[in-house]
Amino acid sequence: MSPSRWIAIVTSLALLAVGVAACGSSDSGSSGLSGQLAGAGSTAQEAAQEAWTAEFENENSGATVSYDAVGSGGGREQFIAGGVAFAGSDAALEEEEGELKKAQERCDPGEVVEIPAYVSPIAVVYNLPGVESLQLSPETLAMIFNQEIDSWSDKAIAADNPGVELPDTRITPVNRSDESGTTENFVDYLSKVVPSVWTYEVSGDWPVKGGEAAQGTSGVVEAVAAGEGAIGYADASQAGELGVAKIKVGSEYVEPSAEAAAKILDESPEDKSIAKSPYMFPFELDRKTESQGTYPIVLTSYLLACTQYGSASEAEIVKAYLEYAISAEGQALAAENAGSAPLSASLTEKIEPAIEAIEAG
Amino acid sequence: MELHADTTTNAGQLLAASSGGERRVGDRVFSSLSVAAAVTILALLGGVAFFLLIEALPAVEASPSQLPGDQSLIDYIAPLAFGTVLAATIAVLIAVPLAVAVALFISHIAPRRLVLALGYMVDLLAAVPSIVYGLWGIFVLGPAAVGPMEWLEAKLGFLPFFEGPASVTGRTMLVAGLVLAVMILPIVSAVAREVFSQTPRRLQEGALALGATRWEMIKMTVLPFGRSSVISGAMLGLGRALGETMAVTIILSVSGIVTFNLISQANPSTIAANIALDFPESSGLAINTLIASGLVLFAITLVTNLVARAIISRQNVQ
Repeated sequence: MSPSRWIAIVTSLALLAVGVAACGSSDSGSSGLSGQLAGAGSTAQEAAQEAWTAEFENENSGATVSYDAVGSGGGREQFIAGGVAFAGSDAALEEEEGELKKAQERCDPGEVVEIPAYVSPIAVVYNLPGVESLQLSPETLAMIFNQEIDSWSDKAIAADNPGVELPDTRITPVNRSDESGTTENFVDYLSKVVPSVWTYEVSGDWPVKGGEAAQGTSGVVEAVAAGEGAIGYADASQAGELGVAKIKVGSEYVEPSAEAAAKILDESPEDKSIAKSPYMFPFELDRKTESQGTYPIVLTSYLLACTQYGSASEAEIVKAYLEYAISAEGQALAAENAGSAPLSASLTEKIEPAIEAIEAG
Repeated sequence: MELHADTTTNAGQLLAASSGGERRVGDRVFSSLSVAAAVTILALLGGVAFFLLIEALPAVEASPSQLPGDQSLIDYIAPLAFGTVLAATIAVLIAVPLAVAVALFISHIAPRRLVLALGYMVDLLAAVPSIVYGLWGIFVLGPAAVGPMEWLEAKLGFLPFFEGPASVTGRTMLVAGLVLAVMILPIVSAVAREVFSQTPRRLQEGALALGATRWEMIKMTVLPFGRSSVISGAMLGLGRALGETMAVTIILSVSGIVTFNLISQANPSTIAANIALDFPESSGLAINTLIASGLVLFAITLVTNLVARAIISRQNVQ
């Protein structure tokens, strides 16, 4: 090695050392918060979590928050194993899988905190040139997706869309090929509202064979955009240029919007049967609602945490981060970045005590 | 600077020593290093097999009602294994003739100046990441294949392969197989090219001297000489196609059914793609089930390789 190389290496090492030292001494943020916080879970929450972590770190320069979007199942598993301090989950903890009990053990002697933090409308998107607006009743929607209706000119669709000229194109229903919370919420809606037509079991795996399948929300949107006559379901914020169907609720047809989606949580009862602590707020979404201006096909994603943590600094940072996520500011940020529906003020008020309860054990 | 000088001296001393009477040390070091490398490979393979077996066991022992989709493990894996083999077979059927033709062109027909550039270009295909092939598949090849697939349905719809109805998005088994074919083309053609260019000169010149045309010469000398290598190249390609994950995951519209219909929207998934699709949201026994399917894939590739070895060794004896 030539002498000049050595000089370069030594210089860069020295610079690196100075840099590290500078980082170490610079945690004089605006707040007293410092430390690292790791979370993992739902991919649906990813965009919102990214926005929250960035802004939260901005406001608390000593704090580092990371969120690993490994999927809801993986997030719950890591939370239970103690690998992460909080998790994002598209489904409430349930006793059936033994996860609720394991989560209680993980939080022992504290309690499990489970709060809704992310509500996002799922849009029914379609690609049918010449048809600007499409209205669908739940029955028709279910029959399209279980492949009973295979042509756009079918009588049932025509009945939902008086005065609209429908082409004789073959319908290509598009579903997710990967397991997902979007699928689970969509089929949950169908099986609750039209159980006579939709007879499949509710899970994150698409139950009907023979449809077009694509990976991820972007895959579904891309497949619908590529195929004339295709129809699929995807996070409303990702619908882009595609046509979005209005869904019949009660006697009117409702378009997915943040307000219409947020309304459903206010109208839904809490599912107290699976709430094992006063700090858990699992919702049994009232999909069958007929109330005006409510959009029932939504995905609700929860944040999971404990009321007690090993150290005061850990408890403090979890508490502050969760508080930020459900605050009006955090919810507005998520709406802007992820197209989610902000939680209503009354709901926020109801779930706030759960976060207040977080403390060092 | 001093350090630099020291290193040089050390190296010089080492060289001097090794050229003297102590060569055996070098030999011993080298042979134990290579033995260690060989053992490591075996240990790795054994370790992977062991991990698969241990982790798959809970799924094998579980009752069907506990498994995903409430079906037995065999019912779960069989369509996936079928799809894996189907996609890989299509890829090999398309890629091998093409690869042999490309290899022959490069080794015997192309003008000398083109040979090097062409060889590089084919090898470059192997350097493209599989996810890029996947994106190319859904954005370019898929949409472009919609028209031809409709034609296949109309003209050859009597064959079970082209029964239709043709997919409107182009995410079909046929397109996935085509993309896989492009992906395995470089490895098959590299192996074939290497051996074709090693065909003994005297055989080729003898054939030409006896009045054979160029094609007859290739048919009589080059192809028989390279046959076993082409087969082993094809098996290498098959191995890659069987395990290919990302491209299939992105492209294929999967539906968990068993069908030979290559152009419809409903296709069987492959083992690797299914693991990639379902792993993120899986927990507990569902993960064991996925690993059990991975074990089956491991077995399929192992059997493929054993069969390839058997074919090649039989050829060599003849």
